[in-house]
Amino acid sequence: MIETLAAKDYYVATFLLLGIGTYVMIAAGNLVKKVIGMNIFQTGIFLFFIASAYVDGGNPPLLTTEGPHVSPLPHVLILTAIVVGVALTAVALGMIIRIYAEYGTLNEDTLQEVRRCD
Amino acid sequence: MTDLVPFAVAVPILGSLVAFVAGVLRSKSGWAVAVAASIAQLAVAGVLAAAAFAEPGDRISYVVGGFEVPYGIELVVDGLSATVLLLVAAVSLGVLAYARRAGPRSNPFYAVYLLLVAGLSGMTITGDLFNMYVFLEITGLAAYALVASGDRGRSAVAALKYLLVGTVGASLFLLGIGYAYIGTGTLNMVDLGEKLAESAAVDPTLAQAAFALIVVGLFIKVAVFPLHTWQPDAYAGAPDTVSGLISALVSTVAAYALLRVVYTVFGTGFLDANPVAHAILVGGAVVSIVVGSLLAVSQNEVKRMLAYSSVSQFGLIVAAVAIGNGPALVGAAVHLVGHAVMKGGLFLSAGLVATETGARTVEEFDGLVERSPVGAGAFGVLAVSMVGVPPTVGFAGKWYVALGAVEAGAWSLLAVIVASTLLTLAYFGRLVERMFFREPAPEPAIQRAETANSTENADAVADGGDARGASLGMYATVVAAAVLAVALGFAAFGYGELLQPTIETLLSTT
Repeated sequence: MIETLAAKDYYVATFLLLGIGTYVMIAAGNLVKKVIGMNIFQTGIFLFFIASAYVDGGNPPLLTTEGPHVSPLPHVLILTAIVVGVALTAVALGMIIRIYAEYGTLNEDTLQEVRRCD
Repeated sequence: MTDLVPFAVAVPILGSLVAFVAGVLRSKSGWAVAVAASIAQLAVAGVLAAAAFAEPGDRISYVVGGFEVPYGIELVVDGLSATVLLLVAAVSLGVLAYARRAGPRSNPFYAVYLLLVAGLSGMTITGDLFNMYVFLEITGLAAYALVASGDRGRSAVAALKYLLVGTVGASLFLLGIGYAYIGTGTLNMVDLGEKLAESAAVDPTLAQAAFALIVVGLFIKVAVFPLHTWQPDAYAGAPDTVSGLISALVSTVAAYALLRVVYTVFGTGFLDANPVAHAILVGGAVVSIVVGSLLAVSQNEVKRMLAYSSVSQFGLIVAAVAIGNGPALVGAAVHLVGHAVMKGGLFLSAGLVATETGARTVEEFDGLVERSPVGAGAFGVLAVSMVGVPPTVGFAGKWYVALGAVEAGAWSLLAVIVASTLLTLAYFGRLVERMFFREPAPEPAIQRAETANSTENADAVADGGDARGASLGMYATVVAAAVLAVALGFAAFGYGELLQPTIETLLSTT
């Protein structure tokens, strides 16, 4: 059991990150922390792709190098996904700034109370 | 002809850039740019649709960047994607006519508007699973920004909630793609479908995990109960123009993506071999139909009621995907188009009514026909169509889905589908009754509504618009939606026959 887990340490880390990210998104009261949780969640997925592309003793996919070659595709996919993640974070922070300007709080519970009085 | 395919995505992206840059030179020029881009987009979509239906069952394929098929990103137009593409182009153009007066008017708004159209078109025509994720996120980002474009704090809170939940959905979708990619080493949908069908080559657990993650991710985007929580806030918190657009298109295209992924990538063989996978679809559909309707009945704000109604209607489409035979999938396509026209029209009618009279809650709709005859009339026709009274398009969609359920012998699903009609009647019936058969509420209630509304209008004035009153474009859009809801009902059966070959190809691939 322990050995199987140790052999797949990257995947274990992936799902820990996914779990932590989800937990932070649900449990954190602060909106910025929720966005951080979202980022951790996404990072878990990035790690998952990169770990899956690992080839023991693999070389870069160049004709001049010897095999086995590593597929570059997962890395390229994750580069795209990282860009998407950055854009999402920027939009989320933009909204948080507006929420703070409007209600003067970033706390979820306080926000709910303020909005009830609206 | 095939060279035209990438323009379906390129035209709105280009328009988006032009709208943004034009805003630097001259403010409030965004609308004109958006209209020009939408007309061009509609022309491209029309030509592609004509070509796709010219040879039934055929597919127009274009590979980006001159690569070969399993390696490059493939763009595919067949009968189904052509339908959705045409729908996206037509609805976005129609909503623009409404947005002229109703606003928001800034150039960045129209830049994001066109970006949303680009994302939706991309999701529709892509034949590559990861590419679909990218377009899903573009759609998502644009939709979050559009929801936040309302001038109240409520919009920003709704948009942030939408963003957090939507990102989790898209991320689960990405994780599912990861499993599918590890299992097969390909991302092209058709290629993926072929490799997954060779069950010996792929670990079944990988395929099951991929299916579960992709479907749950898309369920969030479609807003299937209990993953719908972002949707009522987003629809109700957004400006009227935006709720009309996103309610008509965003979930629709996500549901189309669900249909596409389930049948092109996984195929009927996978569903037959994995009863649990089938059960996820059926369970999501049934719960969504029933609970969505019950929640809709209990709403007081009209826009929230319409939002919960979408939860229920998309349950019906997921049910059609779960049944998965010819008539059911034709029904899914018809109901996707019909629902987009009806729900977009309903949201815009609700916006028109609010502009004219300030009525936004169910009580304030009392005797509406005297105060806003056009709004009440269009709302009534669209509501009747949504219930599924013949000869409207709502009836045609439900008829096909029910027919599919009968052919498949899914009697319990059939019962739920028929019950959904009654449940829809429950929440629309009371509104229609209030609008047409009750006396208007005494003055104070209306007064209060007007004062509440005037603060919003003050902002609109500051934005350079007219204080109140609806424009011809707003009336035209709403009436056109109501007319279309009836006219499409007549066209639906002819369309069903046209679509039949495409659906047969889709079902026979694996």
